[in-house]
Amino acid sequence: MEKEQMSDRRKFIFDMARGVGIAALGGFVWSAFIDEAKASQLLLRPPGALKEKDFLRTCIKCGLCVEACPYDTLVLARPGDHRPLGTPFFLPRDVPCYMCPDIPCVPVCPSGALDKKSVSTEGHLNIKSAQMGLAVVDQESCIAFWGIQCDACYRACPILGEAITIEYSKNERTGKHAFMIPIVHSGACTGCGLCEHACVTQKASIHILPREVAMGKAGDHYIKGWDKKDEKRLENAKEIKTTTEISKKSAIDSLNSGMKDLY
Amino acid sequence: MAKLWNKYRYLILRRIVQISLLVLYFGGNAWGLKILRGDLSASKIFNMIPMSDPYAVLQMLAAGAVISADLLLGAAIATLFYMLIGGRAFCSWVCPINMVTDAASYARRVLKIDNIKGTRQPASRNIRYWVLVLSLVVSAIMGLAAFEFISPISMVVRGVVFGIGFGWAAVVVIFLFDLLVLKNGWCGHVCPLGGFYSLIGKFSFIRVHHNEANCTACMKCKVVCPESQVLYMVGKESLPVLSGECTNCARCIEVCDDDALGFSIKSLIKK
Ligand code: SF4
Ligand code: SF4
Ligand code: SF4
Ligand code: SF4
Ligand code: SF4
Repeated sequence: MEKEQMSDRRKFIFDMARGVGIAALGGFVWSAFIDEAKASQLLLRPPGALKEKDFLRTCIKCGLCVEACPYDTLVLARPGDHRPLGTPFFLPRDVPCYMCPDIPCVPVCPSGALDKKSVSTEGHLNIKSAQMGLAVVDQESCIAFWGIQCDACYRACPILGEAITIEYSKNERTGKHAFMIPIVHSGACTGCGLCEHACVTQKASIHILPREVAMGKAGDHYIKGWDKKDEKRLENAKEIKTTTEISKKSAIDSLNSGMKDLY
Repeated sequence: MAKLWNKYRYLILRRIVQISLLVLYFGGNAWGLKILRGDLSASKIFNMIPMSDPYAVLQMLAAGAVISADLLLGAAIATLFYMLIGGRAFCSWVCPINMVTDAASYARRVLKIDNIKGTRQPASRNIRYWVLVLSLVVSAIMGLAAFEFISPISMVVRGVVFGIGFGWAAVVVIFLFDLLVLKNGWCGHVCPLGGFYSLIGKFSFIRVHHNEANCTACMKCKVVCPESQVLYMVGKESLPVLSGECTNCARCIEVCDDDALGFSIKSLIKK
């Protein structure tokens, strides 16, 4: 009897250990799969979406935003779409976001993954404050850069004159024409994609990228010295000090030492 | 005719409920119906009452998401409903995968796969609770609701409402798994959502009750039951089926020719 009890307990412990082992293996595979599946960066989310990391954990994949969109802009990622499954996104070359003034897709979101506040100014919904992405022009394939008049994207832009402007410069090749170059301004562009949708080239020469992908960042060490407001950023700048063989001595010593301290 | 109805009344009702829900969700997207919008993860009834999947919300919580009031309320409504009334009824009355796994289990019976020697069930029905815990751990590590990322249930519902993509493959895999690998494999062993509702459903009032005096020990009920272990008392003792793993599908009630099984309301005061 005694012996049997012992072996029962051992069996239980063994079973538990085996369970934990299998679970760990399963968890590893599961995590690896998720890591792979969520890695697709080039994804345009509906207006008002949280930062991608928070969006992924907050969106419950109900599709209410998709149902609310009158233009069928938004779609939920299906298996085989190679995008985080069940989450809403849009492909502007197919259907862009038409920037509805009442933004019906946002207030219906039950989870807060689409945040009303982020697309409101002074308490009112304002689609112009949306930041779905940023339009980027490929200068090589955009025919305006060849000297051909186009401005299709400019005309399509709901905030033309702010989000896209046309810059004129002389076409030296012909000597009598002007280049009419589309320039996108990240401060105003919402990433709606109407420009990408309208672009006349075979594959769009202006296309929308997620803002984190398309935009750089100057950092606090580069300041517009002529702009009082921008100069304030200097206060955030932290000193960075790198010490190399040369900078150990004073600069004058280094200059007078021939090449010795370099080698 | 009356006999046929008697033998299949709950099955027919369940299929009507399961399919109607899908049609209503589909209509919410395709025809702008306002009765039910969204999908099984979260929805709005009459554009007013929120409903959400409590297990999905639990995973989101583990992932560190801020849960909105709407989702909390929706999850609370669903939880209370199944906890107090329905038991694990989600599985047999709502979930579309149930139709797939029921079909597989029916096919096993018709093809007599169950009778082949050596097909003893090697797997534990507790796997689902392990998967449940694991899903929360993976959610916490990966920072997103882990099961929602692979759930064939949501995949199929979304597929019906928003377009299926390769989602049908999930249905085929589950069907073949249940047919060839493990009897009642997915719903009875693996699915963490079923496990979740088993835990919640433990306390509900609606229970199947066995009346031993009428039982002729034909064991038809155990053959059709997807969780036959919960019917351990059949032919032995008059008891209610108290295990949360019973899906309240009522197949056992309708196949019983001797009136030995029926629904009962669990008495509030335990004697
Ligand atoms: S703003 Fe309008 S067009 Fe754009 S995604 Fe929302 S509902 Fe659709
Ligand atoms: S409405 Fe919100 S929670 Fe639902 S799919 Fe859209 S973003 Fe996700
Ligand atoms: S995406 Fe294109 S059309 Fe839309 S606001 Fe930006 S520049 Fe204008
Ligand atoms: S066990 Fe899972 S798949 Fe099966 S019916 Fe229940 S929720 Fe659906
Ligand atoms: S005990 Fe009856 S109601 Fe419960 S799962 Fe089995 S067959 Fe269905």
